[in-house]
Amino acid sequence: MNFEGFATDLVLFAPVLFKGFGVTVLLTLSALPLSLVLGLALAMARLSPVPLLRAAAVGFIGIVRGIPIIVQLFCVYFVLPELGINLVPFAAGVLGLGVAYSAYQAENFRAGFEAVDRHLLEAGRSLGMSERLIFRRVTLPLGLRTALPTFGNTTVMLLKDSSIASTITIAELTRAGQLLAISTFKNGEVYIMVGMLYLLASLPLAAAVRFMEKRFATT
Amino acid sequence: MIRVSNLSKAFGAKTVLRDVSFECLAGTVTCLLGPSGSGKSTVLRCINGLERMDGGDIHVGEIRVAPESLPSVRRRVAMVFQRFNLFPHRSVLENVLEGPVQVLERPEQDAREEAMAILERVGMADFAHMRPTRLSGGQQQRVGIARALAMRPEAILFDEPTSALDPERVGEVLAVMRELAEEGMSMVVVTHEIDFAREVGDQVIFMDEGVVVEQGPAQAVLTDPQAPRTRLFLDRVLRPF
Ligand SMILES: Nc1ncnc2c1ncn2[C@@H]1O[C@H](COP(=O)(O)OP(=O)(O)OP(=O)(O)O)[C@@H](O)[C@H]1O
Ligand SMILES: [Mg+2]
Repeated sequence: MNFEGFATDLVLFAPVLFKGFGVTVLLTLSALPLSLVLGLALAMARLSPVPLLRAAAVGFIGIVRGIPIIVQLFCVYFVLPELGINLVPFAAGVLGLGVAYSAYQAENFRAGFEAVDRHLLEAGRSLGMSERLIFRRVTLPLGLRTALPTFGNTTVMLLKDSSIASTITIAELTRAGQLLAISTFKNGEVYIMVGMLYLLASLPLAAAVRFMEKRFATT
Repeated sequence: MIRVSNLSKAFGAKTVLRDVSFECLAGTVTCLLGPSGSGKSTVLRCINGLERMDGGDIHVGEIRVAPESLPSVRRRVAMVFQRFNLFPHRSVLENVLEGPVQVLERPEQDAREEAMAILERVGMADFAHMRPTRLSGGQQQRVGIARALAMRPEAILFDEPTSALDPERVGEVLAVMRELAEEGMSMVVVTHEIDFAREVGDQVIFMDEGVVVEQGPAQAVLTDPQAPRTRLFLDRVLRPF
């Protein structure tokens, strides 16, 4: 592997890898909102006054966190069709990753909500705010601010774990690299490029989190 | 206005209030005095339902404080906290608007005008668009009072409103409170400011270990306390060394 050769390979492999890169980004950006919406719902269920709802959320989070993501993806991709639900691979990937990550997001939300100063909740109560209104006006906005950095970290993890979707035939970056490596025997070159592309994708995320932290600072 | 009868409260096995009774008449100022841990905050917190009482009754006007009546109790009785407890993600003006707009659902424009007038009154109008975290303690507490006033309460509970302030900031907050008292606001004030209690208070309640040791007209209790425990406390507060 010499430098000149690497440059030529770069040019040669770029179209295939960029295509995979695009799928990886799309997969991540599709699974992310799903994980956030589900995660918020789970976190709210955990705070709910209804014991059944709380127990259901705790159980769901425990189960999802206890099962490897790859197994969850197989469940969605191979088991759902047996129940008559057929999903194209990409949709199965979004669903599997979104659900798997909702458990982590729920914990992020919860940690944020729990970090809110309880004196502020009392201030809300003393103003006559209902618990629901306090959640919407105090706990949610302040908890989200606290949780922002962890959302950034979780998104980087999601980006990397989206490579697991290669196992259900989604032609994302890792799978594109695999196919390229098999057909060219240039494992080193290919996987270095693949790794660099993942790294490249996580950089703007870190910047976005820093920006939002500044934007929503309370001081 | 506020009538507390035989209030008792325990945290687990620990009794913190026993048979506390007093009445704060409309338009008067009741000052709660007593050493740390005597249960002063707990009394205030029971009045507006932040803490559940175990025995006794509290009436605000003709409303009996109970879980079901808390929304109407809290509309009538506002609270000012030792540590201000302002919402850090909202501006000064938004803090003051939170109650009227979100809870009382008053039209935003009216509420805004009134909020600015209240901020003017506590000398904080110039800071309306700043975040509370940028302000000094005294300024934050004046915003806390403005937030309470914006609910148009019939009474305000103050829990050591000046205890977290630099000594030179205490006066500006007490001055606002004195004005409110002169305008006829009913107030229950937990404080260690004996001069304030004497000059502004109508009634003083002295508590120790969860019971009322002495109560009476502010002047009388503070200049000539009857109970030895009250005398000892006042001695220590007025002549700390
Ligand atoms: N949530 C709680 N759980 C257990 N004990 C509590 C709780 N809140 C207060 N206490 C106890 O109840 C007693 C009375 O507390 P309270 O805060 O009413 O006293 P205080 O007179 O306001 O004192 P301070 O001057 O220190 O504010 C104290 O012994 C305190 O430790
Ligand atoms: Mg106290």
